[in-house]
Amino acid sequence: MNAIPASHSIQNAATKHIAISAVSKTFQTRTGTVHALQDINLNIRKGEFVSVLGPSGCGKSTLMMLLAGLTPVSLGRIMIGEKHIDGPNAEAGVVFQQDVLLEWRTTLENILLQAEIRKADMKEASERARQLLKMVSLQDFEGAYPKELSGGMRQRVSICRALLHRPPLLLMDEPFGALDAMTRDQLQIDLLRLCADNDMTVFFITHSIPEAIFLSDRVVVMSPRPGRIERIIEIDLPRPRRLAMREDPKFTAYTRELTAIFKSLGVFREEY
Amino acid sequence: MAPIAQDQIERQPSRIDRILASVPPAFWTLAVLLFLWEFSVHAAEVPAFILPAPSAIIEEIINYGHRLLPNALVTLGEVLFGFLCAVAVGVPLAVMIVYSRFMEKAVYPLIVASQTIPKVAIAPLMLTWFGYGIAPKIVIVVLLSFFPIVINSVMGLKSTTREMIYLSRSMGASGWQTFWKFRLPQALPSIFAGLKLATALSVIGAIVAEFIGADKGLGYLILIAGANFNIARQFASVVLISLIGVLFFVALEQIERVAVPWRARSTTNGED
Repeated sequence: MNAIPASHSIQNAATKHIAISAVSKTFQTRTGTVHALQDINLNIRKGEFVSVLGPSGCGKSTLMMLLAGLTPVSLGRIMIGEKHIDGPNAEAGVVFQQDVLLEWRTTLENILLQAEIRKADMKEASERARQLLKMVSLQDFEGAYPKELSGGMRQRVSICRALLHRPPLLLMDEPFGALDAMTRDQLQIDLLRLCADNDMTVFFITHSIPEAIFLSDRVVVMSPRPGRIERIIEIDLPRPRRLAMREDPKFTAYTRELTAIFKSLGVFREEY
Repeated sequence: MAPIAQDQIERQPSRIDRILASVPPAFWTLAVLLFLWEFSVHAAEVPAFILPAPSAIIEEIINYGHRLLPNALVTLGEVLFGFLCAVAVGVPLAVMIVYSRFMEKAVYPLIVASQTIPKVAIAPLMLTWFGYGIAPKIVIVVLLSFFPIVINSVMGLKSTTREMIYLSRSMGASGWQTFWKFRLPQALPSIFAGLKLATALSVIGAIVAEFIGADKGLGYLILIAGANFNIARQFASVVLISLIGVLFFVALEQIERVAVPWRARSTTNGED
């Protein structure tokens, strides 16, 4: 198994699409300074699916916010391609834990919001939106309002919205965290299908071990307070991924390894 | 995955049920109350200059319609024009309060505090300042009705979630786009709630203004009829005032239906 310590994950410049170098993030709260992230170093290849796995409060969502340029880094720098991220990174597509659908817009209108804001060609955008809806089996719901959709459907719409402008980078912050287990399985498959069809890099935040293994090329393990990269694990499973792979001995070996890491970090305590 | 259809297991309604259901229940309550009124006035032989029967009031409306109607139009004009002025002042003021820290900290508290002043008490002052014509009526209507418009608009404009702002920024939206595409539509239901509260207050404002000094309008008619002990005419005017209030409210609800269709649709669906 390819367990590489974080500090050794240096790749050559050609394969390094996203470079997070010595990034720290601190917040001022009423009770004092919170070190959300400390000395994060991570390089991501173009087209790679990277999951960040960790317990609540390990700063993984903060890391996504930094990549989206929605909060500034306190120290260090983030480069995406040739671009230094120091403001909202409008090239990325972002999916939040909540679907953030606008309740006054229908499914199609919610997706097209992306094109309206970017002042893109609306005819082309509508075509692309319909095509995306079809890929997630929502072609019959383009005229429905968010209130008329289930949680899983809503999150699929929000993923379509994030992909409308063909972003080279997709940022996802626990997008399936609020969904039931079965819907979650289906959405993972839907997401992988969309990824296969849209050449892009995916940065995926989760606190589910199987989800991280199932989706990713690499899993970044984070430890809490202050948020630090504990380990990076390459997931050597063939694509396309299938649900049955979760019973594969290789898959269970990854699960065991990751569980052991969290146990050693004190995230899991089994004695009672 | 289809939205759940409601009422599938309800019993089949009979024909009488359907006829009864087509009339709003409140209508029956009103009919019973009017009947009791009519009956008790006749049974107890209450003199008409104390309490006229509903039938006498209707008779008065018909016989005196040629004077009631033009005066009702005057009052209606004051109500509508005053209300529109209140909207024109209230909504932009709310936008300024939400967008400007100075307005929020230095002006908004004063607006809230000013509501402890009973506006009816300062109404005579308006007469002194603005004369005898339509101007003081409009000012009094605005004074009474603009507050709920401001409060509800501020509430609505502030109800934009942090995620919505993140989303808009991740799309590269300008401040202008964030306002038109996110904040304002999100605020509309709340703004309409304020407008509906303001309808009743604008009617009160117009009548109070007419009480203080007018030579036309329903408020004026009430004063004259009172001086002549014509109680039926007073009631007839009150009926018309209520009619103005109800029609105004209903008209606003229709506008809301068009402006906020997603809300109307979700209630007819009975979900959520």
